[in-house]
Amino acid sequence: MANVPAELKYTREHEWAKVEGDRARIGITAFAQEQLGDVVFVELPKVGAKVTALKTFGVVESVKAVSDLFAPVSGEVVEVNAELPKKPELVNTDPYGQGWMLVIKMTSPKDVDGLMSAADYEKLTAGGGH
Amino acid sequence: MTDTTASTPLKRTPLRDVHVKAGAKMVPFGGWDMPVQYTGIIEEHRAVRRAVGLFDISHMGEFEVRGPDALAAIQRLCTNDARTLEIGQVQYAALCYPEGGIVDDLTVYRLADDHYMLVVNASNIDKDWGWVTSHSTGRAEWKNVSDETALLAVQGPKAEALVARLADREVTGIAYYHFGRGAVAGVPAIISRTGYTGEDGFELYVAAGGAERLWAALIEAGRADGIQPIGLGARDTLRLEMKYALYGNDIDQTTNPLEAGLGWVVKPAKGEFIGREAIEALRARGTARKLVGFEMVERAVPRHGYRLMGGGAPVGVVTSGSFGPSVERSIGIGYVPSALAAAGSELAVEIRGAAHAARVVKTPFYPSHTKKA
Repeated sequence: MANVPAELKYTREHEWAKVEGDRARIGITAFAQEQLGDVVFVELPKVGAKVTALKTFGVVESVKAVSDLFAPVSGEVVEVNAELPKKPELVNTDPYGQGWMLVIKMTSPKDVDGLMSAADYEKLTAGGGH
Repeated sequence: MTDTTASTPLKRTPLRDVHVKAGAKMVPFGGWDMPVQYTGIIEEHRAVRRAVGLFDISHMGEFEVRGPDALAAIQRLCTNDARTLEIGQVQYAALCYPEGGIVDDLTVYRLADDHYMLVVNASNIDKDWGWVTSHSTGRAEWKNVSDETALLAVQGPKAEALVARLADREVTGIAYYHFGRGAVAGVPAIISRTGYTGEDGFELYVAAGGAERLWAALIEAGRADGIQPIGLGARDTLRLEMKYALYGNDIDQTTNPLEAGLGWVVKPAKGEFIGREAIEALRARGTARKLVGFEMVERAVPRHGYRLMGGGAPVGVVTSGSFGPSVERSIGIGYVPSALAAAGSELAVEIRGAAHAARVVKTPFYPSHTKKA
């Protein structure tokens, strides 16, 4: 069973968001990185870019596959994890910590209400994929 | 490779339940339920380069042919010259259509005087069986032994010593692309010094009933060497770093052996074979395109089917691509016009609508450590 921290919010597409005031730090879940396998490249927007809730904001490439990344909330990118270009494997080893991707300044903090709780996300992934 | 037979149940190797029990992630491949990875592709890849890995490749197909005209049948079907094969020797070859396209690539084993074994790709077993049996003439008796044959590959710098410890015969004297017969962990085997990784090692052909015993014995005896079971994911990255062609990705019915860099297994001097005329016409004309290896300037990963660009215009297509765990960069192979095939040629790969810089490099991407003949 993949780790699902209780204090985070989740999307059906397996991103997490950590809400800090009007900002949300985002990344992909432990379940997502397990399904992807070894991450070798992460393509992210630049600081200042606008992202839209439930639209793609980048891609993550594992050895075997390419997957789109979906923004949990709308807003402006204010921070990008500068370690990921050099160490994309952080997404595997520490998905909720050093493997974070963006900090978004939210246009509408109400977006958070549309996200899943840890309990609901845990139910979603309980099948374990494969 | 996509599975095109999703409506029919997936075939299972004799070791399928062993893989599931070991926690492998299973995927459909060419109609088979196969392990794509156990712990992780990069870790498995490195285990093979550094120590030793164990692969279940029992999905591969094996045909035997025997009789006074067995050699003549092989000579007519295959591009290479099997006349030079000694008993105990293996040869890489292609089966071609009359137009020069590739039916399959394969290895040919000379088992005895008038007795050979052809080893073909899993996804092509039915097609190849139809092809060889319908184009064989004379006194040559064919037998498809794919279902009763299991195939385990033991690959890596520690493979030789491991197999030597379990075999009832010496194996260090078996030269590259040669085989001997003997029992490994008590299981009668064809012990073949071949592989698809660029490392030294063996491929062990055994009766399906002996596969589980042999697998368990190799895992147990290899524990101190750091042996790991290896899935198809790492099998693919290992072969890609060597630029070994994969049928269905890099070669198929629309590609010919010359442009694929397989001219060395086409031997027109041996006499008539299916595809000879077309291939010789191509050779005389010169091939318009070539299969080259390229590396990405950044980490963005090229994938099968992506467009290759040269000077801003589309020039070809990526046939295989991945991050190469041993070369630690993104690499690919693909067809480009012959004028762009030299090492150093600048290319770009179109990835999600944007051109990403790449350059043609010498291959293999990673130095081969196969046993020298």
